[in-house]
Amino acid sequence: MIPKEICDAVKAKFAETVLDVKTEGVLDPFIRVAPGQIRDVCLFLRDDDSLLFDSLMCLSGVDYQGGKLGVVLHLHSTKWNHKIALKADVQADNPVCQSVESVWKTANWHEREAYDLFGVRFDGHPDLRRILLPDDWEGFPLRKDYTLPEYYHGMKVPY
Amino acid sequence: MGLLDQKFENGNVVITSLDNLLNWARLSSLWGMQFGLACCAIEMMATGASHYDFDRFGVFFRGTPRQSDVMIVAGTVTLKMAERIKTLFDQMSEPRYVISMGSCSNCGGPYWEHGYHVLKGVDRIIPVDVYVPGCPPRPEALMEGLMKLQEKIRGESLALKKRA
Repeated sequence: MIPKEICDAVKAKFAETVLDVKTEGVLDPFIRVAPGQIRDVCLFLRDDDSLLFDSLMCLSGVDYQGGKLGVVLHLHSTKWNHKIALKADVQADNPVCQSVESVWKTANWHEREAYDLFGVRFDGHPDLRRILLPDDWEGFPLRKDYTLPEYYHGMKVPY
Repeated sequence: MGLLDQKFENGNVVITSLDNLLNWARLSSLWGMQFGLACCAIEMMATGASHYDFDRFGVFFRGTPRQSDVMIVAGTVTLKMAERIKTLFDQMSEPRYVISMGSCSNCGGPYWEHGYHVLKGVDRIIPVDVYVPGCPPRPEALMEGLMKLQEKIRGESLALKKRA
């Protein structure tokens, strides 16, 4: 299926959840969905016979600045060899997104990474804790307003 | 071996100072602490492999700090790793030496400004004997660094206090 058809199929099924669709003029055509309903959309994308997105290639966090964070999912179907991206925007002061760990197990570590570096909390994740940084790290380093700590465990951090 | 040249001719007696003997023994069997942190470790492995052959300097990598004489910090030292490195260094028995390999462990390297997670130089937590520049240094550079360390050991003396 071409991206337009994928978007139309999702839009027909989830008229209220889909906020925005863009297939022209972007590198990766994407569907923007509400962060609270992303799991249902993902289940549909995975299980529908004409879509069969069995592979979550990547799940990333984004800081759009201005109090907005985002989660981006890149999906691929090994059966039909087509791709689509899913986006969900969350507010920086209360960044909660539904977890898709129950849809693709790959999402487990990816969501932990997005939580670790951007502070996006994934509702329904079985084990949401930091994955790369030490457990006692403060703040979320890939946010644009992050400031370097002066010291960590007595070690000077800045150059 | 320069130390033993012309020393066997008169009645099989070797005469040298204790300092020389100890230094010769130490610098000829520098056992390395076997661990790598980043891409520098690949170069270190290449140096250890047959083509460059670290073994000919007496460098054997050991799996435990308690059997090691020299720690080659090969790669980016993250803050998370820094505490482990300090522990490993503390577990090495003296005399112990540290070679800082590559820009990252020398001074933070490419992470010097935006690397929130990187220790800007391993010398902030453990004393370094030799710095090997490069990103990553070629095996020749690491061997040069080891030879510099050997030179340094050659100049040591029991009577003189080692660096603080």
